[in-house]
Amino acid sequence: MNARDVVITGVGMVSSLGDGLEAHAAALADPARVNIDAESFAPYPVHPTPTLEYDRQIVKKLDQKQMEPWQRLGTYAAGLALEMAGLKGDKERLSNMLMVVAAGGGERDYAVDGQILTQMPKEASPGVYLNERLMGDLRPTLFLAQLSNLLAGNISIVHGVTGASRTFMGEEQAGVDALRIAVERIRARQGDSFLVGGSFNAERPDSLLIWAMGRMLRKGAHVPVWSRKDDPGFMLGSGGAFLVLEAREVAAARGAKPLAVIADIEARRSRRAPGAVAASLMDCLAAAKPALAGKKVAVLSGATGVAPITDEELSAIRAVLPDAPVRATGTRLGHMIEAQFPVGIALAVQALQSGALFPAAANSPDEAPSTAAPEAVAVTCVGHQRGEGLAVIVKAD
Amino acid sequence: MKDTQGRPVIVVTGMGLVTSLGQGKADNWAALTAGKSGIKRIRRFPVEGLKTTIAGTVDFVPAEPFCAAQLSENFARIAAQEAVSQAAIGRKGDFPGPLFVAVPPVEIEWPQRLKVALAAAAPGDVTYADLLRVAENAEFRPWHDLFLFGTVADRLADSFGTKGSPISLSTACSSGATAIQLGVEALRRGEADAALCIGTDGSVQAEALIRFSLLSALSTQNDPPEGASKPFSKNRDGFVMGEGAAALVLETYASARARGATILGVIAGCGEKGDGFHRTRSSPDGAPIIAALRAAIADAGVTPDDIDYVNAHGTSTPENDKMESLGCMTVLGERMKSVPISSNKSMIGHTLTAAGAVEAVISLMTLAHQKIPPTINYAVPDPAIPLDVVPNVAREAKLRRVLSNSFGFGGQNTVLVFATEPTA
Repeated sequence: MNARDVVITGVGMVSSLGDGLEAHAAALADPARVNIDAESFAPYPVHPTPTLEYDRQIVKKLDQKQMEPWQRLGTYAAGLALEMAGLKGDKERLSNMLMVVAAGGGERDYAVDGQILTQMPKEASPGVYLNERLMGDLRPTLFLAQLSNLLAGNISIVHGVTGASRTFMGEEQAGVDALRIAVERIRARQGDSFLVGGSFNAERPDSLLIWAMGRMLRKGAHVPVWSRKDDPGFMLGSGGAFLVLEAREVAAARGAKPLAVIADIEARRSRRAPGAVAASLMDCLAAAKPALAGKKVAVLSGATGVAPITDEELSAIRAVLPDAPVRATGTRLGHMIEAQFPVGIALAVQALQSGALFPAAANSPDEAPSTAAPEAVAVTCVGHQRGEGLAVIVKAD
Repeated sequence: MKDTQGRPVIVVTGMGLVTSLGQGKADNWAALTAGKSGIKRIRRFPVEGLKTTIAGTVDFVPAEPFCAAQLSENFARIAAQEAVSQAAIGRKGDFPGPLFVAVPPVEIEWPQRLKVALAAAAPGDVTYADLLRVAENAEFRPWHDLFLFGTVADRLADSFGTKGSPISLSTACSSGATAIQLGVEALRRGEADAALCIGTDGSVQAEALIRFSLLSALSTQNDPPEGASKPFSKNRDGFVMGEGAAALVLETYASARARGATILGVIAGCGEKGDGFHRTRSSPDGAPIIAALRAAIADAGVTPDDIDYVNAHGTSTPENDKMESLGCMTVLGERMKSVPISSNKSMIGHTLTAAGAVEAVISLMTLAHQKIPPTINYAVPDPAIPLDVVPNVAREAKLRRVLSNSFGFGGQNTVLVFATEPTA
């Protein structure tokens, strides 16, 4: 049996610049526009969550209350994607739709943590004190807001997507693997229709703590990810993206118009060492050559700003695609960890649909202007610690 | 060899197991068939003030630093080593296929958090701003990698030399089964001839236990510890947390035969179904569980009448055991009253993220030995569950196909069908 084409029929996206593809196209058209909160988590700036009318996608207030911000962002973006695909409320189809979600977890009660950390060292029996405080002060439902697979669980409850879900973890590469597995399953007839994506809340001091420990966060002024040699690292961004993927024939049978086609997807793991990321991306690009051949190509990079992998990525892209204009989503929207790759793909669909790549970021000498309408968008994602991915998204003829 | 749907037959050629009952398949099998319990009083942290003070901890595996992330990695490594050695596949550090690991979503823990707070030496009340101020201290640097969700899989990929991008996953308490399902699918797609599938969980620490406790999910019948987990009994009152890991080497039948590997069993089918009813509870009509069971049986190309034994999810919570029983009785019909069903969790507790993989290994051992491990602590039958739960004593039986159920928070329902080696 021939492998099936995988088309994208719905895209939902949320970031510090707004919600929905059109809002992003409008915001990104201004090369200088970014939304930065440099105060709340100083010295670490973040791209914060925009004001969203959650009621539009998460009708019940009780459901909103049962989620922490990362789950609300994801459930909202998932609703946008289903809406665009024309599947919102289509009980029959949604009850068979499968999910692969890339998720982190966590979210804590900061007040409770602070009180415990203040008092615990003064206690004669710190462990007993910890038990008492956690038993007395933790909200029982907080656990459910912390579990990785409960983003998928909430999407099932709120939107009725109940085929079956799988949640991938593992930071940026979880987003790459989620897309790849969904695509391969559709191609191999192991599923017809998938909702795939992830979300991330940047405004979390407990999560900032982990990246700060690894010295992965940039502290200085906001500059393009390509230009962070003075203080390499990422600025986290709140947001998320979900995509509806279907076998071409399945979309056609229900009269849905494909927005774009996933022509190739590559996931790699290199043993990180100087040059390893460049080599790994070159390998991805070589594998994707047939999908890129003869097309006007643009690149949407998920680069972090972490050294030396950000330079290595750019050099690999330039070596293989010297004429392709490159844009880093992280410069404009911040770095979204598990959601970074799905966000790149969402913006690739926007570029193909509108026939224009958004302009180079202000003060970004590494991003050349683009005039031609892209026919293929190469979306890259290099994890800050591990994992390399590439997708080639092409026009839906 | 192809299955009834024209796909490669997937077999298991290596298995490894760590639970509170011991390290390795042999010790575990001896204990499981003797009806021994691995549940004991928690010694790893103070239990004063807790409603539940027992767990099936694995106390014989060291970890440095001692935390769920490191413990889970160490369990997985031990199980994987046993599985890969048994399969005698590839070369040392060069496993010829992808890695799928179910890992617990565990965060930075209190000992580490407290060290950061002490380093911050805040004059007044500690806030996260204080923690962030000292986060870049050199002493904390290793904790970045330690507490990333992708680290366990990455380190295992390094050690075992698996191919491609290793996948870390969670489907809550069905995670271990999902890891196996992902492996089966990859081999059916022809992406590789072998896959390494692992479920691991070493997350018995104070906050994790308290979180489950606050959801009223845990048994509070602490005395005696080994009596607390009593699946299908009328007086069951919650699950007991357990720890452990299991690893399985999956191969296509053709590949296993070609290299002369010993085939330990067949993974005949996988089924799953989501449930959007509630974050922790199943749809009251059991429809998603029923759908998952039917999907697995159909995927195996058999009928409910072909199922000889059910390795239950059997958590010992009032809700799970009732719904699981309803699901099995609906799908297998009147015949279910005489189909044995038993819960390994009566002895090892609920190994959470690892459970689906742990119970897959035990299901395959059950087939290999033609002997069913019992449901222990079965003294007060629940009239609402009129099933043959293989009470208290292991039993020999003629078995060709086993169902293994895994259900989890967030509407996760995964069912696997195992079979003895094909005779074609």
